[in-house]
Amino acid sequence: MAPPLLSVEGLQVQFHTRDGIVRAVDGVDYSVGRGETLGIVGESGSGKTVSSLALLRLVPPPARIAAGRVMFEGEDLLAKPERELGAIRGRRIAMVFQNPATSLNPIYSIGSQLGEILRWHEKLDRAAAEARILSLLDLVGITDPATRLRQYPHELSGGMKQRIGIARALLCNPALLLADEPTTALDVTIQAQILDLLADLRQRLGMAMVLVTHDMGVVARMADRITVMYAGRVCETASAATLFSAPRHPYTRALLESMPRIDHRYTGPRQLLPTIAGRPPGLLNPPAGCRFAARCPEAMAECRTTLPVETVVAPGHSVSCIRHGSQGIAA
Amino acid sequence: MSAALLEVENLSKHYPVLRRGILLQRQTAAIRAVDDVSFRLQAGETLGLVGESGCGKTTTARAILNLVTPSSGAVRFEGRDILPVFRKGERSEVLGIRRGLQYVFQDPYLSLNPRWTIGETLREPLRIHWPEREAEWPTRIDALLRMVGLEPQHAWRYPHEFSGGQRQRVGIARALAVEPRLLILDEPVSSLDISVRAQILNLLAELQDGLGLAYLYISHDLSSVRFISTHVAVMYLGKLVEMAPVDALFAAAGHHYTRALLSAIPVPDPGAAQSRIHLQGEVPSALRRPTGCPFHPRCAAALPVCRSEEPALIDIGPGHRLACHNPA
Repeated sequence: MAPPLLSVEGLQVQFHTRDGIVRAVDGVDYSVGRGETLGIVGESGSGKTVSSLALLRLVPPPARIAAGRVMFEGEDLLAKPERELGAIRGRRIAMVFQNPATSLNPIYSIGSQLGEILRWHEKLDRAAAEARILSLLDLVGITDPATRLRQYPHELSGGMKQRIGIARALLCNPALLLADEPTTALDVTIQAQILDLLADLRQRLGMAMVLVTHDMGVVARMADRITVMYAGRVCETASAATLFSAPRHPYTRALLESMPRIDHRYTGPRQLLPTIAGRPPGLLNPPAGCRFAARCPEAMAECRTTLPVETVVAPGHSVSCIRHGSQGIAA
Repeated sequence: MSAALLEVENLSKHYPVLRRGILLQRQTAAIRAVDDVSFRLQAGETLGLVGESGCGKTTTARAILNLVTPSSGAVRFEGRDILPVFRKGERSEVLGIRRGLQYVFQDPYLSLNPRWTIGETLREPLRIHWPEREAEWPTRIDALLRMVGLEPQHAWRYPHEFSGGQRQRVGIARALAVEPRLLILDEPVSSLDISVRAQILNLLAELQDGLGLAYLYISHDLSSVRFISTHVAVMYLGKLVEMAPVDALFAAAGHHYTRALLSAIPVPDPGAAQSRIHLQGEVPSALRRPTGCPFHPRCAAALPVCRSEEPALIDIGPGHRLACHNPA
């Protein structure tokens, strides 16, 4: 079997604060194959964004990557000198950010900020860069691209700005696209347009994608495989079909059940949503055993003292829960 | 039909667009943020008001309470015409109405005073509305905190000591302080995480059953609307385009915009064969509002008449009203 395009092994990101070390990402593993879309889902503070920023060593101080390897096209990105990593960022691995309004520079025209990337990475001259930008703007469904080149971000709508953000990420033909909540800031009909666009592009360009989101609906629609994160660790990874039809981790199950559904009738006698009591633990001094134990309906005494290790329970399906087939190490 | 708890009739909020001349400024156009909106809400029911950013749902809610001054229209609460009361501004009368109708804001971070303890925050509505019942305040504050799933000792804490979900509980407790009959909930769960969202939605459901409250629930999140609402009204560019009992709306929406909105929601089920309606383009600016049906430039079923004539909101079934020349 060919090695995956990207594999993240034992990634740890810590924030060094006055009060101590916050373990935002604490031993995360996942991999992405060529052309594959991996969805990473989790709630605020689960470490999903920090772990994806860490792939390109983009975590801001006081955060520090404390351990782990990020193997991409045969090299460990965490061990590379900054200069060489700069040649990968935006070229082999590109990012689409959550807020298209703040991820574009307000004082440069669209043409000039997209052109800068091509001049930097590809050493293209002005005319060649402009031709490439025009073809990409066209590809992402922007009408009248020649006019847009001279426009500034404030002249464009939110959906249009996100299309520009996607075109920018695709300029150098990346092998991997990191998209962090790419549609969260958009209205639902515009979100649908952008998701369609991303699905179409990945098919046409054969690129792999890591899609970070809190929206289960979005990953159900977009991802081949899904990784669920909770409090800095991975709970469960499975194919999209398996994760939704046969989730094993109690957190995954509770999360899926707690969402109201548009295809369910709630009229008649009052129905309540199944909820997860309490809230995620602080990561300053995380609990010793399973991070979810305190809120888990199935927790045993052992769960509080044993750290579950992600274990393959079926082909392509791995779980971190000692109640559901995982091994554990005494914490 | 029994008298409605809340009746909104032809409510409009227009903002003038002014151009400054040499001496005078002239009004060159008007943005119709809310345009001729009418609906009724019965006691104990929930009307979900949905639509995308800028469709006028929040402005509608604020106009009901005169937080923005409506340009025209009437609002009747428990049979009483309330906008003239706000305009007249007689304090005791205004307070009387506000006691019945309270507002829960979207962002509990911004709507709680960071320098007040939770107890002080909850005391404020009591101080204003129940000055003569000061002896009851402490027990009322304890009861309110319990009602929303917090503990009496939380009264001594400050907002920054709470999570987003707990802060929203405080926002709800504050609104409930003076025993209202109607809560206007403006995106109350949008800023919360999924697992916390379910807790707050359940709390709202239980409070409604326990206290017989009616809700005007404003949201762009249609799955929470489906859960909490008995009726749903859909807005587009300041207009109400469809209104129906919740199950009817989700099963048999008549407006092409409603159908597109419903089909755009990603369902958490990878096997779901969702027939997606691809809406072209984006919501036009309220300044360049299309003639006729405001949705016609994006509508696949638009007829020539849609360009020239604005469809009226008419009854098409029990409780189901629709503004469309060529319904689905």
